[in-house]
Amino acid sequence: MIPRYQKVLFVLLLVASVGMGVLLWHLLDRAHQRLLQGEASTPTKAPAVAPAVQATLYVANDADNSLQPQVLALPLPASPNERAQAVLGKLLDLYATPGATHPVPGGASSIAQVFLLPVPAAGSGAAAPHGGAQDAPELAVINLTAAFANNHPSGLETETLTVLSLCATLHAVLPQVAQVRFLVDGQPRATLAGHTDLSRIYLTTETMTSQ
Amino acid sequence: MPWINCAVGMKRLLPIFAGTFLIAPLLAAQVPAAPVARPARFVVVLDAAHGGSDNGASLNGEPEKAFTLALSVRLRSLLAARGIAVVTTREADKDVTADQRAEIANHAAAQACLSLHATESGLGVHLFTSSLAPAQPARMVPWKTAQAAWVARSLELAGVLNSALAHASVPVILGRTGLPGVDSMTCPAVAVEIAPLTAAARTPGHAAGSLDDTDYQAQVATALAAALLEWREGSSQP
Repeated sequence: MIPRYQKVLFVLLLVASVGMGVLLWHLLDRAHQRLLQGEASTPTKAPAVAPAVQATLYVANDADNSLQPQVLALPLPASPNERAQAVLGKLLDLYATPGATHPVPGGASSIAQVFLLPVPAAGSGAAAPHGGAQDAPELAVINLTAAFANNHPSGLETETLTVLSLCATLHAVLPQVAQVRFLVDGQPRATLAGHTDLSRIYLTTETMTSQ
Repeated sequence: MPWINCAVGMKRLLPIFAGTFLIAPLLAAQVPAAPVARPARFVVVLDAAHGGSDNGASLNGEPEKAFTLALSVRLRSLLAARGIAVVTTREADKDVTADQRAEIANHAAAQACLSLHATESGLGVHLFTSSLAPAQPARMVPWKTAQAAWVARSLELAGVLNSALAHASVPVILGRTGLPGVDSMTCPAVAVEIAPLTAAARTPGHAAGSLDDTDYQAQVATALAAALLEWREGSSQP
């Protein structure tokens, strides 16, 4: 014979179990709906990529054919290649904004990759010795997307300013970059948009004197 | 006999010697004692940029190649009226490569080469010279950097063009660039890029100072012709 209090306890536990099951099912369904609506994917905190550092960007101005230094605090990666790509992407983002002094569509996604290589020693095919020196001259290869080159405004001044501002900004952020070469979708290209030579190697020391 | 042959030979040569002595004073009278160097023929090369399948920039819907060709024709007429010999890289809407342009200019041994361009960006006239580092003239020069030996003269030519355009109240921007074709020219070479005269002239429908404005085109062409005339006078001075 089961005592009465045990029967009552069993019923209560059964009701509680069923209730908890229903509540759990309800919460699961609500969480699923929230996920589908994208509420849960909204970022509430900026990802901390790297601490912000001062970077000088040489921003082109079509009105007076000049490069103006603009110091910004940017969270730049530690790797030189990624740092170069990030800072050049920021420069092209400025050009893609409405009312830019040097309007060029495309933005940061126009920089496909940036490679840093040791500058070949003069008179030999061998690379210059690093020797552990931080300031060993390097050659930067900037790989642009074909969409950027194809949509770039055509003109001597505007194309020249784009090339020179990329070179000057790269040299300002990474002083060891002495030479810059351009590729478009990984291939050499004669001109950027019909005028400025993209097949030659640009010396960063000459980019500022060209203004 | 060798002696006989020698005597016969002398008999045959005697009239020639005598004739030479007789006409020698006449020749001396006709040929100047010190030859005077003739001044080099002053030639200007006008390079209308783009052409054929290469439209260049879009200028309010019109291709840059048409604008540069029209400017080249206008400038050629102005220079011819001033007695300056002109060589053009193209006279019609056809494809001309950068190397062909440089070949034409180098073959002409010109004293000035102007590469004509147009753009909607910027203001006034942009004068660009090669950004190659100046180099000493050499007997053999690389094709891609042949302009290096002429950079100093190109900068002088840009200065003369700048003065003439400023005198005509046209704003000028000076710069250096790498331009295929110009970098291979062995002459004082400047790329001339014409932009609207004012910021307001960039808006469609605004006639004064726009690239469509014939008065503005004439103003620039006349200033360029005046500059080349001054360049010729400067080149002829010792």
